[in-house]
Amino acid sequence: MTSNEDVIMATSPRVLTQNPLKKIWMPCKNGLPDQHISQRRVCMTNCPTLIVTVGLPARGKTYISKKLTRYLNWIGVPTKEFNVGQYRRECVKIYKSFEFFNPSNEEGLKIRRQCALTALNDVRQYLSVEGGQVAVFDATNTTRERRGTITRFADQNGFKVFFVESVCEDPDVIAENIVQVKLGSPDYIDCNTEEAMEDFMKRIKCYENSYQPLDEILDRDLSYIKIMDVGRRYLVNRVLDHIQSRIVYYLMNIHITPRAIYLCRHGESDLNVKGRIGGDSGLSSRGKEFAKCLGKFIQGQNITDLKVWTSQMKRTIQTAEAIAVPYEQWKALNEIDAGVCEEMMYEEIQGHFPLEFALRDQDKYRYRYPKGESYEDLVQRLEPVIMELERQENVLVICHQAVMRCLLAYFLDKSAEELPYLKCPLHTVLKLTPVAYGCKVESVCLNVEAVNTHRDKPDNVDPSRMPEEALLTVPAHQ
Amino acid sequence: MLYGGQVEKIELQQTPLLKIWVPWLGIGGCKISRRRGSSVPQLTNSPTLIVMVGLPARGKTYISKKLTRYLNWIGFPTKVFNLGQYRRDAVQTYKNFEFFRQDNKEAMQIRKACASNALKDICIYFSKENGQVAVFDATNTTRERRVSIVSFAKEKGYKVFFVESICDDPDIIAQNITEVKVSSPDYVNCDKEEALADFLKRIECYKQTYVPLDDEKDRNLSYIKIFDVGSRYLVNRVQDHIQSRIVYYLMNIHVTPRSIYLTRHGESELNLLGRIGGDSGLSPRGHKYAASLGSFLKGQNIKDLKVWTSHMKRTIQTAEHLGVPYEQWKALNEIDAGVCEELTYEEIQEKHPEEFALRDQDKYRYRYPKGESYEDLVHRLEPVIMELERQENVLVVCHQAVMRCLLAYLLDKTSDELPYLKCPLHTVLRLTPVAYGCKMENIFLNVEAVNTHRERPVNVDVTRDPAEALKTIPDHF
Repeated sequence: MTSNEDVIMATSPRVLTQNPLKKIWMPCKNGLPDQHISQRRVCMTNCPTLIVTVGLPARGKTYISKKLTRYLNWIGVPTKEFNVGQYRRECVKIYKSFEFFNPSNEEGLKIRRQCALTALNDVRQYLSVEGGQVAVFDATNTTRERRGTITRFADQNGFKVFFVESVCEDPDVIAENIVQVKLGSPDYIDCNTEEAMEDFMKRIKCYENSYQPLDEILDRDLSYIKIMDVGRRYLVNRVLDHIQSRIVYYLMNIHITPRAIYLCRHGESDLNVKGRIGGDSGLSSRGKEFAKCLGKFIQGQNITDLKVWTSQMKRTIQTAEAIAVPYEQWKALNEIDAGVCEEMMYEEIQGHFPLEFALRDQDKYRYRYPKGESYEDLVQRLEPVIMELERQENVLVICHQAVMRCLLAYFLDKSAEELPYLKCPLHTVLKLTPVAYGCKVESVCLNVEAVNTHRDKPDNVDPSRMPEEALLTVPAHQ
Repeated sequence: MLYGGQVEKIELQQTPLLKIWVPWLGIGGCKISRRRGSSVPQLTNSPTLIVMVGLPARGKTYISKKLTRYLNWIGFPTKVFNLGQYRRDAVQTYKNFEFFRQDNKEAMQIRKACASNALKDICIYFSKENGQVAVFDATNTTRERRVSIVSFAKEKGYKVFFVESICDDPDIIAQNITEVKVSSPDYVNCDKEEALADFLKRIECYKQTYVPLDDEKDRNLSYIKIFDVGSRYLVNRVQDHIQSRIVYYLMNIHVTPRSIYLTRHGESELNLLGRIGGDSGLSPRGHKYAASLGSFLKGQNIKDLKVWTSHMKRTIQTAEHLGVPYEQWKALNEIDAGVCEELTYEEIQEKHPEEFALRDQDKYRYRYPKGESYEDLVHRLEPVIMELERQENVLVVCHQAVMRCLLAYLLDKTSDELPYLKCPLHTVLRLTPVAYGCKMENIFLNVEAVNTHRERPVNVDVTRDPAEALKTIPDHF
């Protein structure tokens, strides 16, 4: 036996304590949590990943970069995008014309190369120093030479590289892209539509001659996905690990067909009225009124092929019944499980579990109810719902407060800190429409009164606080 | 159309077994259900026909069987239709590769008839046997054959998804032939060399007319092309949810040899008391088991072993004895018994006799009040299975119901068998992929523990006597 093995034998097994916030069992040494344990995080790689976009302008690289970044952050993988165009705009304050991108413009080339290197430096900072896990390097990266530079940079720093190439020759799709996101770009702030369109087309031409797409033979040792014609076809090469596999799955499920996602909660429930959380009660009379109004509203929207999803709890199903379209029940859409606090009022939670109540206020995202769930758990449970939402077109999701917050945070790119405090009042429908790089939100209040169930974070989150301080932000109820 | 004012008139009732809320309409004093409740969202409509494409020994049957096993486990009724099987049934004795020659007209007739019969059976599977996915496992190497399958499917309203396997690595092909062809019924009277030689000639027969799926000509078909056992994939026109899941699965599986070790936590304090669920720590014997497990694993000399536990104390305590890093998965937590958590079976019988009976009637679908069902568990475990497929050597330290679900996936057990699979404490199961399935070794580490396995009693009726319900309960303190 080596002395190392001796040490392992002597110190194992360690005593376990349950972390009070997340309710995770952890070994501790001398009363303090010990290392040597890992929580299941999505990204099981030890090395960070550098995602590199590849493609001519107006092929959707930035759209993909932003969307992918949003998704990875939501599932808990710290991700950041680095848009080289942005660096260029900071360096060259005023954009004059496409001539900047002319391959024979020495000055232009120098600046562009410098911007790419600056961006890579920031990538290194983010991944090696700031604890980032994934960086998305959003640029054309259309030459093999440029990609070689990036690959060497990644090797030197111990990053894995995954290329995402978007190839598209459909002139309608390209024109639509330009209209949606290029005309409104800071580059064209002083141009009219025709001028901007013309200049941008010439810009694309500047890249076309030197464009070397990823090649089946020459690049066979690289890890990449080639997306062709906005998702009609994909070529996937050498997926190395879990996170690359998830990225590929996600990219293969998203689409850009215009559609709308409607999010709302069930109608007001009997337990809502009493100020009690969780449970599986039915609708109050006002809740039933809302359900009727929701039915009329949906009818009025004249939506093609609307899919309706509910949870498996009575109150969402009762609400869906009023709309008279078929609906699907998802257990994954059930409200957060409040464990031992199920069906309690906040006042009762404060009375029975003041420490728990305080811990929840300290970190509402990570806090797990005893024998229940946390928002963090919810996000994991909801991931298949999000994946299917991406695949679908028009969908109405009738769910619950915590669940709706999680879904909304995904669509609106809200952080883990903001998520548990997003306002999702009863009897209000949110209509989300993808536009440009994000989501347009319309909030439609259906004018049926309901209790407020939103509890803001109180000022004092210390366990030693007075009950009144804890209960200050509890909304009124019967 | 029902909406608006009829909300008040529609009651919801919770189905007793699945605990699903469904509307019941009172019509003339008789209550009928207007909707069939389902515990999982129904995301597919038309049946799907998966069509394999590729030369012999390219892994088509391996993929067909594995995919079928996966789809059945996640709840899509799926069946493989292997053309070679039909041929063996038609032509009782296989002579040699000459049967597969392009100019063998008589054989061609037989092979065509077999294909036709297989398609007929697929029809029956979809229309009469509630099948959702059929995997047509054959070479399907000519455009002509594929065109006829596509028209057949179109006529019937089935969706078609092709899975083509392309591989020219002679080592891999030789390996395939050794693993599964040499021992095939076709070669039962040949020695290894003869079989190998004949099979290679068989492949040559197909090569001449092989037309792979083409980027241009087949651009309107839905398919995945798998190159070199997964180093590259070409995916075209994924139409729907199930095709997307199939692609994701196929892109995550591999053929690298490895072992999966499954075990439960060591015996827990609640186990000793005959209580279910909860979050108790290990008993002294449980600790002893965990230590033995540690020694056992060291002896196995496993390369790069990953260890996974649940978030429950008893699995983590078990892993702590192993002296290696481990990851905690909430998805591996034991089934949530809801209101029955920490009760003994005797107490469940006393407090919830009807629930207890319902569970015996359909243990797979039965959901505890405020808890879960095995069916729910399977859905919860799907990401674990997906990651298990990606990994190599893994030890999963989990719980009885969870282990039954994982084992059912690995050993292709039905949902009826699943809840009654034997997963005793203090036993490690070592699963190694071999040929088309999994070899299983059962290793009892010689540390005594209570039995926690309750067989299905004979009487499952809600009116039964308590004694009849409690007959199969294992002993406890």
